[in-house]
Amino acid sequence: MIAILKHELRSYFHSLTAYVFGAFLLAFMGLGAMLYNIQAAYSNFEFVLSFGSLVMVVIVPILTMRVLAEERKQKTDQLLYSLPISTLEIILGKYLAMLVLFLIPMGVISLYPLIFSLFGDVYLPTSYGSILAFFIMGSALIALGMFISSLTDNQGLAAGIGIAIILFNYYSVSLSEQVSSTPIGAVIACLVLILVLGAIIRFLTGNENLSFWCSIALMAVVAVLFYLDSSAFEGLLPQLMAKLSLFDRFNTIVNGVFDMTAIVYYLSIIVFFLFLSVQSLEKRRYN
Amino acid sequence: MITVEHLTKCYGDFMAVKDLSFEIEEGHVYGFLGPNGAGKSTTMNIMTGCLSATGGHVRIDGHDIFEEPKQAKKLIGYLPEQPPLYLNETPVEYLHFVGQAKGLKGGELETQIQEVMELTRNQDMRNRSIAALSKGYRQRVGIAQALLGRPKVIILDEPTVGLDPIQIIEIRDLIRQLGQDHTVIFSSHILSEVQTICDQILMIAHGQLVAFDRPENLEKRLLSPNEITLSTDAAADEAVQILTQVEHLSQVDVVGTELGITTLRLKTDAEDIHTVSRAIFFAFARSGKALLELSLKKANLEDIFLELTEQQEKPAGEQEADTL
Repeated sequence: MIAILKHELRSYFHSLTAYVFGAFLLAFMGLGAMLYNIQAAYSNFEFVLSFGSLVMVVIVPILTMRVLAEERKQKTDQLLYSLPISTLEIILGKYLAMLVLFLIPMGVISLYPLIFSLFGDVYLPTSYGSILAFFIMGSALIALGMFISSLTDNQGLAAGIGIAIILFNYYSVSLSEQVSSTPIGAVIACLVLILVLGAIIRFLTGNENLSFWCSIALMAVVAVLFYLDSSAFEGLLPQLMAKLSLFDRFNTIVNGVFDMTAIVYYLSIIVFFLFLSVQSLEKRRYN
Repeated sequence: MITVEHLTKCYGDFMAVKDLSFEIEEGHVYGFLGPNGAGKSTTMNIMTGCLSATGGHVRIDGHDIFEEPKQAKKLIGYLPEQPPLYLNETPVEYLHFVGQAKGLKGGELETQIQEVMELTRNQDMRNRSIAALSKGYRQRVGIAQALLGRPKVIILDEPTVGLDPIQIIEIRDLIRQLGQDHTVIFSSHILSEVQTICDQILMIAHGQLVAFDRPENLEKRLLSPNEITLSTDAAADEAVQILTQVEHLSQVDVVGTELGITTLRLKTDAEDIHTVSRAIFFAFARSGKALLELSLKKANLEDIFLELTEQQEKPAGEQEADTL
């Protein structure tokens, strides 16, 4: 795992990726700090992070797009499979390398509140709480990006899908106010989600029957629940969209509430996508 | 060293490897021979843990590749068909990574890198980008990678494909050299290559093992009757008459007479073809007719290969016809 980690870090610094990622993050955060902390003279550094979270939509996919897609394209994944290291170690090594890359600009950003505190009153606990939460949220996004990269051998496609999904996630709270809150709308959304889930199961296990029967069973459950109590579906779709948003939970923390459920949510997202990445890599051995 | 038992691999409905079983012993060079699409790469990928099997077992020195992958993989160095190189690195950086991933550290890592670089004659290229290397040098970096960690078994998938003749000779010499202290398995679809380097040949067609023996035994076992072609200044019937004195001739055909020279094709069932050719020589000498030309034709591996793979194709063809 250490070998993979070192190798990944070296290859990030060989290419422009590490520099582009760090530069974009720092530039955007710097811009935010200038606007909020210097020009508008707010003493809260959290707002800068909230502003800066938009840049994650673009830079996370740039960081993660090549991580597994490129191995597959260059056929170097065959080397990884033949080395005496497990798939989990490969995924963890690669993931930790990206976290280290993310940590470097975050380390620089952590200095800002300290610097500002020399010139005025900065409430450091919320600032650093938010920086920590921002880092964990970013880590969750990186895990998501890594999984997307494991699905294809085309970097561009991985980046495109990543940006689309993260952007959707970023705006999902605002969008949730626009979508139908009727029970029927919720049922349709559930069915679509079940179909997507079925497709993922089909892709990861290659087992058509399993995915088919899983989908059918879940659909039946939804139908029964709807029949029993249709009012339970009232407003479910917008709630679901709001719940799935990683950025919305971060904004709660920015507003001064260090919400442990958000942290747990991020950590479970990380574990979930790392697990899926391992499965996706394992699955390639089966075809 | 390596035991493969009832190995089966299906891609959807297509069976790439069918119930393949063989055993590989330590300290030989094994040639894995088969036409394109015979299942060579698939088998090698499964043996090295790059691919899962639909059924069966592969054991490396007693370690099952699926159940104890780490121990098993430590014993193997593998070069896939396309060398798995990171193009933006130099050979030294690349070998450092592979060495570390194989668990080598510090001084040991440096010595081994030096060692494999010397063995594969890569030192001159050590600090160039792999992207700038020719196919031959890339192949050597790939082999160097496989040698790190001093594995007992080296598996090379078509190591000479796409190289120029000089590079091919160099890689063959290298394989021969490796065979001195490693068990080497390499695949190829070029017969002469396998014939010259290997102690043992595994022939595979349509995912099944069709032969597994020493090259010379294979020739012996499957040889069609040896053939002798001769030309003489005797007339056709005269020549046939002379040849009746010779024993062990199973077939005598007159090919034709041209400008007073008769050409005949003979088949013999004798163990040693040279006793027959000697007898022919003296038979003609006694009768006062000149033997202008005498050539012996032994069946080579090429013939055996074609014969074996054709045998395999027939049943497969019938099956296809049935399903149609």
